[in-house]
Amino acid sequence: MRENNTPDKRVFRGRKKSLSSRVMRPQDLLHPCPEGLYCPLGDFFIDPVRPVDRALITHGHADHARAGHRTVLATRETLDIMRLRYGADFAESRQVAAYGEGLDIGDVRVSFHPAGHVLGSAQIAVEANGLRIVASGDYKRHLDATCTPFEPVRCDVFITEATFGLPVFVHPAPEVEAERLAASLRQFPERAHIVGAYSLGKAQRVISLMRSIGHDEPILIHGALARISRYYQGQGIKLGRLEPATVEEETATRGAGQIIVAPPSVLGDRWTRRFADPLSAFASGWMRIRQRARQRGVELPLILSDHADWNELTATIRETGAGEVWVTHGREEALVRWCELHGIAARPLNLVGYEDEAD
Amino acid sequence: MRRFADILDRLVLTPARNGKLRLLADYFRSVPDPDRGYALAALTGGLDFPAVKPAMLRALVTERMDEVLFAYSYDYVGDLAETISLVWPAPDDASAEAPALGEVVNTLSRVSRSDAPAVIADLLDRLDPSARFALIKLATGGLRIGVSARLAKQALAAMGGKDVGEIEELWHGLEAPYEALFAWLEGRAGKPQSAAQGQFRPVMLAHPVGEGDLEKLDPADYAAEWKWDGIRVQAVCEGGVRRLYSRTGDEISGAFPDLMETLSGQLALDGELLVGDPRLRTGSFSDLQQRLNRKTVSKKMLADYPVFMRCYDLLQRGEQDMRPRPFAERRALLEDLLPTLDPQRFDLSPLVDFGDWAELEHKRSNPPHPIIEGVMLKRCDAAYLPGRPKGPWFKWKRDPFTVDAVLMYAQRGHGKRSSYYSDYTFGVWAGPEDDLQLVPVGKAYFGFTDEELKLIDKYVRDNTVERFGPVRSVRAEPGHGLVLEVAFEGLNRSTRHKSGIAMRFPRIARLRWDKPAAEADHIEALTALLDA
Ligand SMILES: [Zn+2]
Repeated sequence: MRENNTPDKRVFRGRKKSLSSRVMRPQDLLHPCPEGLYCPLGDFFIDPVRPVDRALITHGHADHARAGHRTVLATRETLDIMRLRYGADFAESRQVAAYGEGLDIGDVRVSFHPAGHVLGSAQIAVEANGLRIVASGDYKRHLDATCTPFEPVRCDVFITEATFGLPVFVHPAPEVEAERLAASLRQFPERAHIVGAYSLGKAQRVISLMRSIGHDEPILIHGALARISRYYQGQGIKLGRLEPATVEEETATRGAGQIIVAPPSVLGDRWTRRFADPLSAFASGWMRIRQRARQRGVELPLILSDHADWNELTATIRETGAGEVWVTHGREEALVRWCELHGIAARPLNLVGYEDEAD
Repeated sequence: MRRFADILDRLVLTPARNGKLRLLADYFRSVPDPDRGYALAALTGGLDFPAVKPAMLRALVTERMDEVLFAYSYDYVGDLAETISLVWPAPDDASAEAPALGEVVNTLSRVSRSDAPAVIADLLDRLDPSARFALIKLATGGLRIGVSARLAKQALAAMGGKDVGEIEELWHGLEAPYEALFAWLEGRAGKPQSAAQGQFRPVMLAHPVGEGDLEKLDPADYAAEWKWDGIRVQAVCEGGVRRLYSRTGDEISGAFPDLMETLSGQLALDGELLVGDPRLRTGSFSDLQQRLNRKTVSKKMLADYPVFMRCYDLLQRGEQDMRPRPFAERRALLEDLLPTLDPQRFDLSPLVDFGDWAELEHKRSNPPHPIIEGVMLKRCDAAYLPGRPKGPWFKWKRDPFTVDAVLMYAQRGHGKRSSYYSDYTFGVWAGPEDDLQLVPVGKAYFGFTDEELKLIDKYVRDNTVERFGPVRSVRAEPGHGLVLEVAFEGLNRSTRHKSGIAMRFPRIARLRWDKPAAEADHIEALTALLDA
């Protein structure tokens, strides 16, 4: 059984290419293609949106980690999550990348570094001929007990996400938001508090946060998050007592004064009708904007994001020391503008196929 | 300021009235003086800071950040106050203590226009984004959070275990930050003395006549009068103070100088505000609407739509509080008083003679004037009591109009109903028989039972043609559609609606699953009503 613990050197040997003596340009090392970010020297893609021969995957969210590639290199947790989602045969072969360890693919040295986004998430550094590009994938800097914290990596070119790339997005401290949820539970003990949260990462982070402020009661979870939450618990992440939200016998007071965590799509849906006078909360960075909360009929917006806010984005760009920044999926224009104002070369990298992740 | 910002944010997003009441009562209970009192003033529209203008705020923020980044942000958020609150750069030295609401209100009320920019910037520096938003909305008078002054007073009543009528009666004698009021509500002091002149007296309201109610009553005990289709008002004149109040105690004097100028002496009257000249003609509710919800009123408006008050009751005359006296006595005194008032501005709502309920029913069904919407029954020996006591007063309305309309759009409800399509836009047919088109004529979100709601919700989901946001358009053609029997109180002309009409108080009377959509009413049935 060639499982994820057995590195398959054959898979990532890559083609040797003779390099001319000219100075390497960043776009020779990595450039966007319809499939995703491509590295010609190592003949691999990062987070490709279509099936490819070799894929390096930053993290398990569906728009980054897709099934059907021939070979996949990712962290152990990301490979596990892909298997949970797509079944054991999501790729022909899989190889584990450990945080911080270098790995040669052809003439290219690649390494994975914590991104602080969700369990197993990584930035991928790609280096050749003295030029280093870091593809951040999705990342954040706020503390999160459910994953390894982000580590800045010095580089020449930094490829940053920009989901919350506008100065209006400054996420408050997570504990403050958790306390607001706790306060609402005390104020409306007869109402079921349905918390919409993306099922990989955000849901477990909400639960872990509530535990960290002393909320010890059982938390009910929607079926869509059961397996992934169990996996998190198996990785030693403390989520306390979780119970299925849907049971055979329904009562009129089901969920009263309790937290029910569910995918955002169920907010305001028929699914919520089984609970006592449901109060909809939504844990998302978008909740910073009142109109977003209003449109979705959210009564208790919780500003909690797994993506970097404006201050984190700009601080991270500085920390990487990058002289050039490529901005992807999100509000590219504002971050490009900020880089210009700070004397850093920047351009939007128009990659297709990445979504907002309902974050 | 933090707590004030929190409650504003919660109130905006809490649709249920009870939820709002609980948030407010908890806030008043847990926040100390004087902050809670200033919050109360802000919620009831009692604060005004003319020195702060939106353009100034915009200039302040663009001095502090790149204009292009601000423009991207404003474009995304859409609301200037919210954008500024979010992008305002926090000072490096964030140690400055956040100001309390009381401090903010005091500062804003004293600041001059020239000092305002520096003062506002200093406040913004010391606040977090939510509190900055609250500050800007407070300072620019844009607090629109779905809380009426009445709801705030009800929360106070709940907090202190008092009747809301008592609070309304006191209200106009009190001033922010309302420390005496809170002391009384918390049982720490007696009821504040209502020293001010021209106060509102909580109004007496009637119950609708229910099934079998009349059989139990002796017609001889009751007087009947016409119920006019205007707005119920109270006019008070005391010690030179003249005020006109809506039935919830909101002061509306400013919009009706033509009426108020003519009042003198010391009295309080209960009646109906109408348009026209009582000696010549009584205008429709549509006419009256021209005069409602205005802060000021033009000369032309005063000439084209003069108002008058048709009096129902007398609450105060000289030093005498008439409210404890029986209706028959108040009515006789009112009849005595009326000749002393300007006949162009005040008249008496006539009593309706009747021997038995059948006779009154006949008169109710055939009112002598189109602006009559039913009859009121008042027990001759009843005092004037605040609120809606059961028994002394009844309203017996004209039967509502009904129309058979076709469901066109359904929108998700709020709160408890947020998982249901519970707000319905319906239309009637227009155009030639071979090319019928539906024109929307109204929107209703009540009148049906919970069971019926489930059925309509399912129908909407099964017959969706298009979805846009929370709204679904529903299949509605002559050969396929859901017919709703809609009851309503009347029609107004409207330039805002494509159909040219606006319905008053539409509600779903019945679901006509049995009726083919093609047999729903035509627009002519409604326009005829408008012309009548
Ligand atoms: Zn992600």
